[in-house]
Amino acid sequence: MHLLQVQNLRTTFRIDAGQVQAVRGISFYVKKGESLGIVGESGSGKSVSMLSIMKLLPQNAELQADHVQFNGQDLNQIDQKEMRKMLGSEIGMIFQDPMSSLNPLLTIGDQIVEPIRIHQKISKEAARKKAIDILRIVEIPSPEKRLKQYPHEFSGGMRQRVMIAIAISCNPKLLIADEPTTALDVTIQAQILDLMHDLKNKMQTSIVMITHDLGVIANMCNRVLVMYGGTIVEEGTIREIFYQPKHPYTWGLIKSIPTVSTGKREKLIPIPGSPPDLIAPPKGCPFTARCEYAMKICEKIPPQQITLSETHRAACWLMHPKASGVAKEVTV
Amino acid sequence: MHSALNKNGDIVVPRESSLVWHDIPDEEFEKLDQSAKQSEVVLRKSKSYWQDAWSRFRKDPLAMAGLVVIVVITLAAIFGPIFSSYSYEDQNIANQNQSPSLEHWFGTDKFGRDIFVRTLYGARISLTIGFVAAGINLVIGVIYGGISGYFGGKIDMIMMRFVDILYGVPDLLYIILLMMFLGNTLESILIALSLTYWIGTARMVRSQVITLKFQEYTLAAKAIGSSNLRILFKHLIPNSMGPIIVTVTFLVPSAIFSEAFLSFLGIGIQVPMASWGTLVNDAIPSLFTQPYQMLFPAIAISITMFALNFIGDGLRDALDPRLKK
Repeated sequence: MHLLQVQNLRTTFRIDAGQVQAVRGISFYVKKGESLGIVGESGSGKSVSMLSIMKLLPQNAELQADHVQFNGQDLNQIDQKEMRKMLGSEIGMIFQDPMSSLNPLLTIGDQIVEPIRIHQKISKEAARKKAIDILRIVEIPSPEKRLKQYPHEFSGGMRQRVMIAIAISCNPKLLIADEPTTALDVTIQAQILDLMHDLKNKMQTSIVMITHDLGVIANMCNRVLVMYGGTIVEEGTIREIFYQPKHPYTWGLIKSIPTVSTGKREKLIPIPGSPPDLIAPPKGCPFTARCEYAMKICEKIPPQQITLSETHRAACWLMHPKASGVAKEVTV
Repeated sequence: MHSALNKNGDIVVPRESSLVWHDIPDEEFEKLDQSAKQSEVVLRKSKSYWQDAWSRFRKDPLAMAGLVVIVVITLAAIFGPIFSSYSYEDQNIANQNQSPSLEHWFGTDKFGRDIFVRTLYGARISLTIGFVAAGINLVIGVIYGGISGYFGGKIDMIMMRFVDILYGVPDLLYIILLMMFLGNTLESILIALSLTYWIGTARMVRSQVITLKFQEYTLAAKAIGSSNLRILFKHLIPNSMGPIIVTVTFLVPSAIFSEAFLSFLGIGIQVPMASWGTLVNDAIPSLFTQPYQMLFPAIAISITMFALNFIGDGLRDALDPRLKK
C-alpha cells in the first residue's frame, strides 16, 4: 500500500470562455519515504493536480477521481472539514514565493505556532518551545529572537526556511513542495534543497517536488512524473528518465538543460511552439503540434500508457512496433 | 614606532607606509574560528506594523494637533462639569442672556443657564454619539463585509443586494420615522445612525477581503488546515485594518454632524439635555441680539470636525505602507 495513490484524477475550471481541463485523467502514486518529482512547463497541471488532492481549489473548480487514497484513507469520501484536519498535520505544503506566503502582520513565531495549535492540543508555551526547536531544525540562527520578528525582517532564503518550518511543524507524512526554489537565488536554492534533503532523511517524510527544473529533480528525487497538457506523458525513476527517456517531450526537456562542462560552445535547444489550449484540448496526443516526430496517428488517437518496466511508463505512439525507425532515441 | 593596531585593537588600514603593512601581527592571519563568525545578527529592534504606523503618525503635526484637541475635549467633557458650580439644567431668571464674563465664560442663555457647562455636556453627548455609532458601525461593517467578501458567490450576491436596497432608502426619511417611533433619546439616535452607516464600511471591508483572499498567504493558511472563520478574522481582517480604521475615523465626525443636524431640526436630543446641535438650535432666535450663544457651540462643532478629519487624514497616511520611508 502506497502513501498516496491517485487513479484517474480530472480537474476542470469553469470560466467564461468554457471549461479549462487543467488535469485530464492522471494516475500516480507516492511511496513512503520517497521523493517524487513532477516536472512540466507552466500550465501543464502540476500544481493543480496537487492542490486537487488537498481540496484547496477555488470555487469554480470541479474535481473527479476514480480513487484517491492517502495513508489508507479514501480522500474521495471525506468532506472539507475532515480534510482540514489532515492539512498541516499529515500533509504539509511549501509554496513557491516565500515573500507572499507569510502573513505580513503576524510574527514568525505566531505563524509557526498556528498549525501546532490547530492540530495538537498543547499549551501556548509548549507550542512556542516546539516552534523554537523547529526553527533550529531548519537552521535559523538565534531562533528565540527570530521568533518575535516579522516576515519583512527576513531574507528570501530565511523566509523559505520559515515556510518549511511551518510545513513540517506537525511531522507530516507527505510534504508537497510547489517550486520551492524558483523565487530564490542560486546559492540559496542549493541551501534550501540541501535542507529538504536532510529533512527527508531524518523525518522519513515523503516529498512531492513540483518544479520545472530538471536539475532540482536529479538532485532530490527518486522518481519523476513528466506532465504535459494535463496528462502524464512519462513516468520513471531518475535513471530511467535521464538515461532511457521515451517521450519526445522528455527528450526536449533534457536537451534544453544548459551544460557548461563540455567545453564546446553549444546552442541551447528549446522546444518550439507553445502548450495546447486546455479549453479545447487536442483529440490525440497533446504534444503533437510541437513534436518533431509527429505521425498521422498522433493527431487522431491519444497514445496509451505503455509499461516499460516496473517503474517506467510512457505514452507515445513512437513505441508502437509500426513506428520503429521514425525517431532515434535520445540519450543524455 | 608604528603600530598596525590602534587603541581599540582595530587594524589601521595602511596607506603609504609599507612598514605598517608588514607590522600587522602574525596572529591576525590565523583562520577565523567558524563558530565565532557573525552570521545574520539581528541588529535592529523589531517593529510591528502598528508601532511603525504610530511612528509615522507622530511625525504628522496636523494629525497630532487633532489628537491633542480631541483628547482635551474628551477630558473636559468627562471632568469639566464636575468642577463647575453650575449644572446644565439649572435655570436662573436673574442671569438671563448674560454676555461672556469671568462668572459665565460663554455667557448664559435665555433661561440663565451657563452655556460653558451646557457646551461641555453637549460634548459628552456628541462625542458619545460619534464614537459609539462609529464603534457599532465598525463591528457590523467588518462582520457583514468580511463574510460577504470571503464566502463570495451566492452569499455575497444576496448580502450585497440587501445592502443596495438599504442604501436606496433616504436616510433622513426613516431616521425621522424611527425617532418619532422610539422617542427623542440618545439611544434612539444611536440606533437610527447605526442602521445604515455601516454600509460604507461593509462595502470597503468586502473589497479588501476579496483582494486579500487571493493572496498566497491565504492559500498557505488553508494549507495548514485553518478554518474559514479563522482565516477571515485572523488573517484577512487584520490585514485590511488600515483602511478600516481610516473609514471608521471619518465616521465619527459624520455621526456627530448628523446628530447635530437632527437636533438642529428639532428631532434630536431634547431640552433640557444639551447636544451641540440643540444649543445651536436654541440660539437661533437670539442670533442677532446674543450671537455668542450660537458662536461657542458652533466653534466646538467646527474644532471637533477639523480635529477628527485631521486625525483621519493622518491615519490614512500612516497606515498606507506605500508611503513608508
